[in-house]
Amino acid sequence: MADLKPVERPLSPHLQIYRPQLTSISSILTRIAGNGLIVGVVLAVWWLLAAASGPDYFAFVDGILTSWFGDLVFSLSLLAVWYHYLAGLRHLYFDAGKGLDIETAEMLGWGCIIGSVVLTVITLFLV
Amino acid sequence: MRYLTDRKRAVGKGAAHSGTEHHWYMTVSAVGLAVMIPTFLFIFGRALGSGHEQVLATFARPFPAILTGLVLVIGLQHFRRGAQMMIEDYARGTTRKIAVIFVITFSYFLMACGLFALAKLAL
Repeated sequence: MADLKPVERPLSPHLQIYRPQLTSISSILTRIAGNGLIVGVVLAVWWLLAAASGPDYFAFVDGILTSWFGDLVFSLSLLAVWYHYLAGLRHLYFDAGKGLDIETAEMLGWGCIIGSVVLTVITLFLV
Repeated sequence: MRYLTDRKRAVGKGAAHSGTEHHWYMTVSAVGLAVMIPTFLFIFGRALGSGHEQVLATFARPFPAILTGLVLVIGLQHFRRGAQMMIEDYARGTTRKIAVIFVITFSYFLMACGLFALAKLAL
C-alpha cells in the first residue's frame, strides 16, 4: 500500500488569487443559475401535484405560488433559465472551437448577461 | 517502451473513467432543452395563476402535457448530471457520496411526482 500520510504539495492559485474577469464570472453564474433552478422546479412540480389532487389543495398551493413570494421565486427562476439558456448556447459555440479569442468571449459574456435580462422582461410581458 | 497502443489507452476512458459520455449527454440534452424551453415557459407562465379549471384544461391537451413531461424528464436528467459535477468539484469523501446520492434520488423523485401529476391531469 502507498504511504497514507498527507504530502505537502504546492497549491495552484485559485479563485481568490485571480482578478475577477467577465469570462470567469459569466461561467460561474452559469453553474449558480443552473443549480438554483431546482427551487423553481420543486415549486412547479408541487403545483402540478396540487392541481392533480383537487381544487382545495390547489387553491392553497396556487395561493403561495402567485403571492409576492412566488412571483419573486419565479421571476428569479426566469432570469436564471434565460441566463443558463444563453450561456449554454455560448458553451455549444465554444465547443465548436469558435469565439474563443478574448474580445469575442467577453462580448458573448455581456450578451448572456444583457440578453437574459431582456428575455426575462419580454417573457414577463408575454405571460 | 509502452505496450499499450494509443487506441487501447483511449478505450480505458481517461482519468474520469467515463470518457466523453457526460459531455455528450449534456450537449444532446442542452440542444433538446433549447428547442423546448421557450414554448414551455410560455405555456407554463400562461397556466400559472389562471385558476384550477384553466390549469386542468391546459394540461389535458396533448401538446402541453407531452412538452411538460419532456421538459421535466430531460431537464432533471440534465440537472442531476450538472449538480453531481458541481458536488464532485467542491466536496470530498463521505459528504460527496451523500450529496451525490441525494441529488440523484431527489431528481428521480421529482420526475416521478411530475409525471404522476401530469398523467392524472391528462386522463
